[in-house]
Amino acid sequence: MKEILEILEKDARTTPGEIARMLKKSVSVVKNAIKKYEKEGVIVKYKTVLNTDILKDGVQKVRALIEVRVAPQRGHGFDHIAERIYRFPEVVSCSLLSGAYDLLLVVEGKDIQEVSSFVSERLATIDNVNSTVTHFILKRYKADGDILKRIERNNRIAISF
Amino acid sequence: MKISKVVEKIKPSGIREFFDLVIGMKDVISLGVGEPDFVTPWNICESAMFSLEKGYTSYTSNKGLYELRFAISRYLKNKFSLSYNPDHNILITTGVSEAVDLALRAILNHGDKILIPDPSYVSYDPVSELAGGKVITVKTSESDNFKLTPKLLKKYISKGVKAIVLNYPANPTGVSYPKKELMALSRVFIDNDLIVISDEIYDELTYDFPHTPLAALPGMKQRTIYLNGFSKTFAMTGWRVGYACGPEEIISAMTKIHQYTMLCAPVMGQLGAIEALRGSAKSALEMKREYKRRREFIVSKLNEIGLYCAMPEGTFYVFPSIKNTGMGSVDFAKGLLSKEKVAVVPGTAFGPQGEGHIRIAYASDMDNLKEAAQRIEHFLKNNV
Repeated sequence: MKEILEILEKDARTTPGEIARMLKKSVSVVKNAIKKYEKEGVIVKYKTVLNTDILKDGVQKVRALIEVRVAPQRGHGFDHIAERIYRFPEVVSCSLLSGAYDLLLVVEGKDIQEVSSFVSERLATIDNVNSTVTHFILKRYKADGDILKRIERNNRIAISF
Repeated sequence: MKISKVVEKIKPSGIREFFDLVIGMKDVISLGVGEPDFVTPWNICESAMFSLEKGYTSYTSNKGLYELRFAISRYLKNKFSLSYNPDHNILITTGVSEAVDLALRAILNHGDKILIPDPSYVSYDPVSELAGGKVITVKTSESDNFKLTPKLLKKYISKGVKAIVLNYPANPTGVSYPKKELMALSRVFIDNDLIVISDEIYDELTYDFPHTPLAALPGMKQRTIYLNGFSKTFAMTGWRVGYACGPEEIISAMTKIHQYTMLCAPVMGQLGAIEALRGSAKSALEMKREYKRRREFIVSKLNEIGLYCAMPEGTFYVFPSIKNTGMGSVDFAKGLLSKEKVAVVPGTAFGPQGEGHIRIAYASDMDNLKEAAQRIEHFLKNNV
């Protein structure tokens, strides 16, 4: 049944009927498995991968990677302070890391000012946040396994033996 | 200018005109392509680039880079317990196509009879004739799923048949043979003292049972010329690297022709092939899984919309019957192309027995397959 996840991860639009064909299963078996994965939270949600860099009508966004050093709290470790941070909608992703700093965030805003003010006014002022280092992203090439540039293989000859 | 009689005798492909039609048309969904839709795994490309930067741009030894022959030898030993010595039993060729030509030329005397199944890959027949052989066509039938059977073979083996070309998993039908069936065939080969040219280029794309190389069966190694390559498994068609394994006298005869005609396989391709064997098993497996899913999809869809299609055991081809449409293979393919812009190959391209069938290659992404299936369904509704 894990193969269902593999198929959906590649293309979330694949219908249960199509998956059933590919895996030689009945549609209801596939539907139930998907429901179960959704219920368990293995499937979190279905989204679209965007490359907003090439969008022309001014809705481009700015992203920054932010290294955050925090002081863990007794009884909660890093989870509490992490939640304080990732609940902000500006935070696109948040992970706890080993190494020189603790949390790595991706923060999104409409421009540099918006990201900067989020960091200085909201993030850096939280108790237990000791320091932040902000790196603005200049260009994204690949995200979550997807190359953002279109790589088309249209050079095969149309017919061959 | 006068052309050689042997060449003149080779019939031009009956579907050349259809091919020109496809190539001249825009926005076609092509399910007529005999190669993977995947790009070669990046580690292979990157490794080849590195080799070029380091200046590996010369000829290699005629037999091919020793490192590659050694890697192939080890791979066959580990995977199938097949022992071939890299010094004496392995020749690197410019694709399996060259290996087929070399093998036929190495064994055939003028007028020697050779069995070629119908339908089969397009080159076996003309290349046998170029080598001076007399082709005896073995007509396989739909009721046997286009497979060779001992009974059928015996019907065709008259006195003086020297060899047979076997291809499994097979282009264009996708069928393959489990070990038990191969054993039965091998007894016929041995009893009649046949040399078998065994083209196993699609071996890694076998879905329902493990592939057994013919040479691995008792009594077969000394009479088998085992052909394989990198094109299908590792999506490396344009790199042109294949190989032949066999008894020393055969391989040295083939090498003799190869050194005067091809000299050596392209070095860049050979270096890529080394990397393919070294570190691409995972990519190959991922492609195989994807092909398998597409196979299930297309077979079930075709049967649902009314084109009977057996489940082929390997390759990335299906060979559905179009007999219930009342159309011939070429007419069906032409109609589908002009009305729905979907290209498939008429079964007759692979021999007269392919009449009433089309070859659909599912080496195309799922979106294309879904769209093509809809268009075929539409075509059937409006034209049958």
